[in-house]
This record gives sequence, structure tokens and C-alpha cells, in this order.
Amino acid sequence: MEVFWFIAGNWASIVELALEHITIVGVAVGFAIVAGVPIGIAITQNQSIANAVLYIASIIVTIPSIALFGLMIPILSTIGHGIGWLPAVIAILLYSLLPIIRNTHTAITNVDPALREAARGMGMTSMQRLTRVEIPIAVPVIMAGVRTAVVMNIGVAAIAAYIGAGGLGVLISRGISQTDPRQLITGAIAVSLLAIFADWTLLKLQKLLTPSGLTH
Amino acid sequence: MIQLENLTKTFETPRGVVVAADKVNMTVPTGEICVLLGPSGCGKTTALKMINRLIRPTSGRILINGEDTADRNTIELRRQIGYVIQQIGLFPNMTVEENICVVPRMLGWEAKPAKARAAELIDLVGLDPHHFLYRYPKELSGGQQQRIGVIRALAADPPVMLMDEPFGAIDPINREIIQNEFLKMQATLKKTIMFVSHDIDEAVKMGDKIAIFRGGRIEQYDTPDRILSHPVNAFVADFVGADRTLKRLRLVTAEMIADPGTPAVARGARPQEALQAAKAHGGRTVIVIDANHRPVAYATVEELSGAHGTVGDFAHPLPATVPARADLRAVVSEMFANDVMWLACTDDQGRFAGVVTQPAVTAMLGQSSGQPLTN
Ligand SMILES: Nc1ncnc2c1ncn2[C@@H]1O[C@H](COP(=O)(O)OP(=O)(O)OP(=O)(O)O)[C@@H](O)[C@H]1O
Ligand SMILES: [Mg+2]
Repeated sequence: MEVFWFIAGNWASIVELALEHITIVGVAVGFAIVAGVPIGIAITQNQSIANAVLYIASIIVTIPSIALFGLMIPILSTIGHGIGWLPAVIAILLYSLLPIIRNTHTAITNVDPALREAARGMGMTSMQRLTRVEIPIAVPVIMAGVRTAVVMNIGVAAIAAYIGAGGLGVLISRGISQTDPRQLITGAIAVSLLAIFADWTLLKLQKLLTPSGLTH
Repeated sequence: MIQLENLTKTFETPRGVVVAADKVNMTVPTGEICVLLGPSGCGKTTALKMINRLIRPTSGRILINGEDTADRNTIELRRQIGYVIQQIGLFPNMTVEENICVVPRMLGWEAKPAKARAAELIDLVGLDPHHFLYRYPKELSGGQQQRIGVIRALAADPPVMLMDEPFGAIDPINREIIQNEFLKMQATLKKTIMFVSHDIDEAVKMGDKIAIFRGGRIEQYDTPDRILSHPVNAFVADFVGADRTLKRLRLVTAEMIADPGTPAVARGARPQEALQAAKAHGGRTVIVIDANHRPVAYATVEELSGAHGTVGDFAHPLPATVPARADLRAVVSEMFANDVMWLACTDDQGRFAGVVTQPAVTAMLGQSSGQPLTN
């Protein structure tokens, strides 16, 4: 009940924090898509490079987020952004690379070789093959990678409140430091709801982007 | 015209060097279908893919209409060669129409004529454009997909077509139907076609010429009839099968060996007239035709000699007739089914067109040259 009154009384600031949260994850994953999809496509050309890249990307994911934030403080301090929004975005971008690169790589490599051969034999250039055949067919799997990245990093972004990035994590960290269960619970619920909502929205988007010929 | 000159391809594999094509020489004249035939792994696909440079030859040349394909831009070359792969390979993310329009659009056609072309081609293979143009490949049956695969290759009207077991992934009945459709189209389109098959029956049916491969070499390159009647060695004879003589039945139609001179008379004719006609022809049977010239019955010389009344009084109904266009396999089958030594043939309008006899069939098969008898 108290939580309810807290939410009702602080509705505006909760929404503001949620928007901050969405912005951090959105910007970071957005850049991760811009970087990760081309990387995922490029590494299909060479299996050993692909293995190396995927290995590095999975090592990054194993670094605990707190440690990653800590690592970035001295580096980004040199440009005056040791804490705050920028390190949060960079950390989430790095975490997002693995699912996006991996799914892109898998999806493109799994395109039926017969389709690739038909496309080549019909006289498509490698660019045409990519944009007209391989990427459209890979879209559902790439989008699944994006979803994974978003859901996983909504949690990471909550921790970024500790380095002053803002977002819903602020409620949680304040709840802990002020021993205020209302804020703590509100923050936890809000983060979970955001994750569920994001997953659902992205699933809809994934269906929308999937070529109709590929749906079942 | 497609010319292969000393075409050779070797693959370096961990288990050693594989020679997939070994100094292959052959010429496919413009407008003909050449079938590459042979057991699995003999190099048919490799030979085919070297033509559109999906595989680079190790040595040797390929000329299309006299021009060395190595000197041409590979992308442009491929756009001018229709290519049908065995796995069909329709793009699942595109509609049937989009699939067919791929090459025309890459060649710079406007959307409108490309779409019109797609509709025209769909119609040509007996599918309803309204129904099929906007469907996706997964919504088509195997046979329909195969047809679309073929017309996609035909879309930009390429003079040369490469077809790798194009009717492989389909049941025998539908395969026969599509083969016939394709031959009908080819009769007007006159493409120069390289066609891979591992099925001797298909090769005999589709090919103007057949090249039999073994281990990357051509064992024999000849007309279907020559391959069946004169296999050059035991391998070819074995490959085409012990029933190769019977297979030749497919190469000849009833009209090619029918005797059109067999007398035909109306029911109302007098026996005397019929006898005279039979005598002039030298046979022992007359065919009785109806008012529309359709063969309906027959009578023998023995029954008619000294008889009175009309021919109709002595006639027996014909047990069966065959279309003059039918191949001899169908004719012989009909003869055996009805236990008769001869059958009357009919033309497209059902009119009497002559008589095929078992001796004529045997004589045709016995001919060493394979040139059918022409009476
Ligand atoms: N990329 C490759 N690398 C190594 N060897 C190959 C390669 N492609 C084909 N070969 C070998 O070359 C030979 C000819 O292969 P090809 O695919 O042309 O046979 P095919 O006559 O088409 O057989 P099938 O009827 O099974 O399709 C085979 O021994 C095959 O193993
Ligand atoms: Mg093959």
C-alpha cells in the first residue's frame, strides 16, 4: 500500500527516470546494431577471424558490470567523463555486441547455400546478394539478438545509477542507501516491467520486419 | 552455340587431387538441348558450373557464340545465361513475381514490363497469374516451385540456359508433365540448353544430344538414338541399361512408321470396292471409317471375297486406336493390352491416319542406323 502511494505521489519523476533508462539502453544498443551487424556480416568471410571476434565479445560479457564501470573511470576521466551517462552507454554497447554479432553471423552463415548459389548464378553482385537475399532472410535472427541485448542490458543500466548515469537504478540505489523499501520495490518493479515491455515491443517489431514469405 | 574446348577442372582436396573434368570437348549447336548424363560424381555439375563461371576452369576454354567467356564480365555473363539449380532455390523472402523479376530488373527493365513478363511466363506454364504472382514460395507445391524456378531462369529471355537436374525434386508423374510442358516451350523458344540429368529416360526424352560422362571424361556424345542403338563401350551400354532397345521406342512416334496407304472405306461401300482397294495396296485388311473419317471398324479380305451387301455387314469394331503422335512405347503397350498385331492411328482431329503393325515396330528397332522406316 505504501509503495502504491509512493508511486502515485512520484509518478512524474518515475516516468522521467524510466525515459532516462530507455535512452541509455536505446542509444547503446542502437550503436551496437550499427557496429555489430556489419561486423557479424564481415566475419562470415573468414572462420578463424569469426572465432576470434566472437571469443573477444564473449569475454567482454563475462566482465561484471561494476568492474567494467570501474575500468572505464580512469580511461574516460582523461576526457572528463569518468562517471555518468557516457561510461554507461559504452558498457552497454560492449555487452550488446556479443548477441548482435553472434546472431548476425549465425543467421548469415545459415542461409541455405542453394539460395546463395542461385543468387550468384543469376548474376547478383555480392552486395545485391547481401541486401536482397541474405539480410532479409537473416532479419528475424538478428532481431532476436537485439532483443536479448536490450533485455539483458535493462538490468545492467539499473546498476549504472551508481556511476551517476541516472535511470530507474536511481530509485534502487536510493532505496538501499536510505533504507527505504518503497523506493527499492518501485525501482525493482519498474525495471522488470520495462524489460517485459521492451521484449514485447521488440517481438512485435521483429514480426513486422520479418519478410512475409518467411513467417509460418 | 556453346563450345567446350579441352575443359579441365581439378580440385585439390585433403585426400588428394580430384579430376572433375578431364579435357572435355563438345559443341552444343544453337537451339538444341544437350543432356549431360552419368553416375553421381562424374562431373556433370562441375562442367555446367564452369559455363557460368561459378567454378573457374583449371584449363581449357568455353565459348558462347564464339566468344570466350573468360573475357567477359562475369556478372554480365551470368545475367545472360538462364540458370536452374537442382534445389530450385527460389528466394523465400520474395513473392513469385519478385523472384521472376530479379534478373530483368538487374538488367535495367522497368517494373511494368518486368511484371508483365512474369505474368506472361506464369501463364505459359499453365498457372493462373492472379493466383500465383503474389504468393510466396513456401505456399507452392514442389511441382509449382519447380515451374517457377524454370520460368525465373527464362525471364530475361536468355539465349543460353543451364539446367542442373531441374526436374529432380518431383514425383515421376509430375516430372513427366513438366518435361512435356518444357519441351513444348522449347519448340518455340529454341534456347541452347545444357541439361544435367542422371536419368537415362529423361535424357532420351529431353536431349537432342546426350553426353555420357564417367570420371570427368566424355565417354560418348551422340544423339539419343545412336547412344541407345550404338553404345561405344560396355560402360555406356551398361549405363543406358539392358532394355536400351526398348527405350528407343520412345524416340519414334506412330506416324513415323505408320502405313497411311491402308485402304479405308465407308460402311456403306460394296465389298467389291473394298477388295479392289485392298488388292491395290497389297494388304489383307480394310479399315471402315465413319462420316467424319474416324476409324471405327475393320474387315478382312477373306470375309469380303464373294460377299454381298455392304462392308458394314462384315465389319468388326476396332478394339483400340492410337494417336499418330503417340510414341511407340504407348503403341506397343496398347497392342499387348488388346492382343493385336496392328492398330489404326488417328490424327489430331480423330481422323484415320494409317496403320502401325508389330512387324513395322520390330523392323524399326532392328535397324542398325536407327533411322526410322518411312514406308
Ligand atoms: N568444391 C569441390 N572440392 C572438391 N571436390 C569437388 C568439389 N566439387 C566437386 N568435387 C568433386 O568433383 C567430382 C565431380 O563432382 P560433380 O558435383 O560435378 O558431380 P556430379 O556429376 O554433378 O554428381 P551428382 O550426380 O551427384 O550431382 C566429384 O568427385 C566431387 O567429389
Ligand atoms: Mg550434380
